[in-house]
Amino acid sequence: MMRSFLMAVALLAAATTAQGQGTVKFAILGPMAFVQGENHWAGAEMARDEINKAGGIAVGGRKMQVELIRADTNEVQSVPDATNATERVISRDKADFLIGGFRSEAVLAMQEIAMDSKKIFLGAGAADARLGENVEKNYDRYKYWFRVTPTKSPDLFRSLVAILGSIGDQMRQSLKKDQPKVAIVAEKTVWTEPIMKALQATLPKMKMEVVGTWQPSAVATDVTAELSAIERAGADIVFTLLSGPVGISLGRQMGERNMKAVAFGINVEGQKDEFWAATAGKGNFVSTLDTYSEVEMTPKTIPFVRAFKERYKKAPTYTAATYDAIMVLKAAIEQAGTTDADKLVPVLEKMEHVGTAATASWDKRHDLIWEVGKTAGIGVQWQDGKKVPFWPPQVKGMQPFKMPAR
Amino acid sequence: MPRGAPGSYPMLQDILVTGLVNGGVYALLAIGFSLIFGVARIVNIAHTAFYMLAAYCFYSLLVKAGLGFAVSGIVSVAAVTLFSVLCYRLVIEPVREHESAVLIATIALALVFQELMLFSFGGHYLGIPSTLDGVVSLAGVSVPYQRLLILVVAALMLVATWALLYRTRLGLAIRATANDIEVASLMGMNVERVAMATVAISVALAAIAGVVVAPVYVVDPFMWLAPLVTMLAIVVLGGLGSLKGSLIGALVIGYVEAITVFALPAGAFLKGAVALSIMVLVLLVRPEGLYGVAFEEER
Repeated sequence: MMRSFLMAVALLAAATTAQGQGTVKFAILGPMAFVQGENHWAGAEMARDEINKAGGIAVGGRKMQVELIRADTNEVQSVPDATNATERVISRDKADFLIGGFRSEAVLAMQEIAMDSKKIFLGAGAADARLGENVEKNYDRYKYWFRVTPTKSPDLFRSLVAILGSIGDQMRQSLKKDQPKVAIVAEKTVWTEPIMKALQATLPKMKMEVVGTWQPSAVATDVTAELSAIERAGADIVFTLLSGPVGISLGRQMGERNMKAVAFGINVEGQKDEFWAATAGKGNFVSTLDTYSEVEMTPKTIPFVRAFKERYKKAPTYTAATYDAIMVLKAAIEQAGTTDADKLVPVLEKMEHVGTAATASWDKRHDLIWEVGKTAGIGVQWQDGKKVPFWPPQVKGMQPFKMPAR
Repeated sequence: MPRGAPGSYPMLQDILVTGLVNGGVYALLAIGFSLIFGVARIVNIAHTAFYMLAAYCFYSLLVKAGLGFAVSGIVSVAAVTLFSVLCYRLVIEPVREHESAVLIATIALALVFQELMLFSFGGHYLGIPSTLDGVVSLAGVSVPYQRLLILVVAALMLVATWALLYRTRLGLAIRATANDIEVASLMGMNVERVAMATVAISVALAAIAGVVVAPVYVVDPFMWLAPLVTMLAIVVLGGLGSLKGSLIGALVIGYVEAITVFALPAGAFLKGAVALSIMVLVLLVRPEGLYGVAFEEER
């Protein structure tokens, strides 16, 4: 009797192990109650279903299915929640790979935990440059970190400057103004600081006058005082660095005041389909750096955006590039024939991956190599309820940038 | 120009108009808070959470159900007020005797509301259309009509609350109960019912604020936190129990925030901290606030 029982236990254990070996586990880390986490998860689901439908990932001659672990980091509200979620997927759920993260402060802490366990962590949300600097400073410890989206904040700055130059040229022509005036509105958070400082130094060189810098709280819901001051300063462009709800308030309140200045920069809320409704239809002309639109950034972009819209009834935001992250890992695993992190790192370092969000390759910091048309992103503008792509102009499908009537 | 340099501004008229309009928004929120916290001495931390519930209710009825402004507004205020009575009976009344327990219970209540909204609507930021569209120029400063509406509603609510407190038997009972609950009870007043009525009136004011103010802000599960801190500062500054003090306090905070933003653009994020610093300063220098009764003479 006892022998039968022990045999049954042994068989069960063997079966469980075999089942575990049949999947590659990807932990998707994101604030799941928020749109960033929703997109993390949605992008990953699309990759999982596509790979599994095609038979799985070939690992050393054996097909393995993709298994996703949904981990709510709640990082918008709590950094400790994010680190706890990271610990959990590594120690309890036995994740093979970590993907996601959004808030830089949280991802910096999550990175430490992943590196402690030598787990490959593909960032799909945070822009802080220190994440990549860590790789350069201590390669042996941090080599398991790679950034899939967005580009690091100094590169976001390069994209912003490129687009701003284009808007400035258009403004000089239409307003007959040699030196457009720019007001900088940057929320008080860690990711905005380097971009803001670089902007203040760069804009005068671009023949643009900085009329002031306003730094509301990231969770501010009222910027009327700031906008009054900006209006009084005669700004032509309101340059935004906003990731929180203040982006909605700014768009709406600029519209309510019929401001003649046009908002451009990073406005994470402005990247979402819900932005127009959230501003009660007042967010016209608000423009932002973005990742996805129905334009041919890569051959995969339009099919992905359409399939995403079909499945989730809304367009993807940049954190949906978890899709690309899983596909990158699939390609690396199939090339290396293993899921061993130490063997995958050199493969990833040499890879160029044509994804849906970008054509990605990585530098020595494991940051995306910035290039217009490849990883620099796109410029989009809200025009009468539609989010219209306008930059880079050489990409097929781009439309003109518009300014409020004066 | 160096970072944060204000250049040729701040302009006086900008500060005057912006401070007045934002002060009006705060005043509308502060009246109900002053009534519950200042007059009835119930430390209802969930006050602004009821404001959030009203905003969500208004959003659901107006945007999702497609009902008109009037119906959505009236139903939202009525529903949240009735709900507050239920919450009072279930959560506040059993611990009413212990102020610290009321404080903790209402914090828990607010967090439950927050999580319920997060669960139901997600962490999305929602927008409510303005009741009145358009903008007017006051002294060269653009002011949306919705903000003027808030100023008018705030003034009406202030007058109505004052009339209720000082011209009705219920108001007398509320003031008497607030002054000395035991004596009021000995005089034959049903103190529990008076407290419940005070909660209902106060939450009705919060709900009206939710309906009128939410269109100028963003609706999200955490929208109750920032106004709570500002309301505490206003009630302490104006003086516990003084409606006039709350109005003055709201205007002072509105102006202080406007001055902070205009004079120190790069420090705009500090405007909340400045308001709280004023509260701490007032507590140290003049604990009774501008128009309140000294703590020693409260009871």
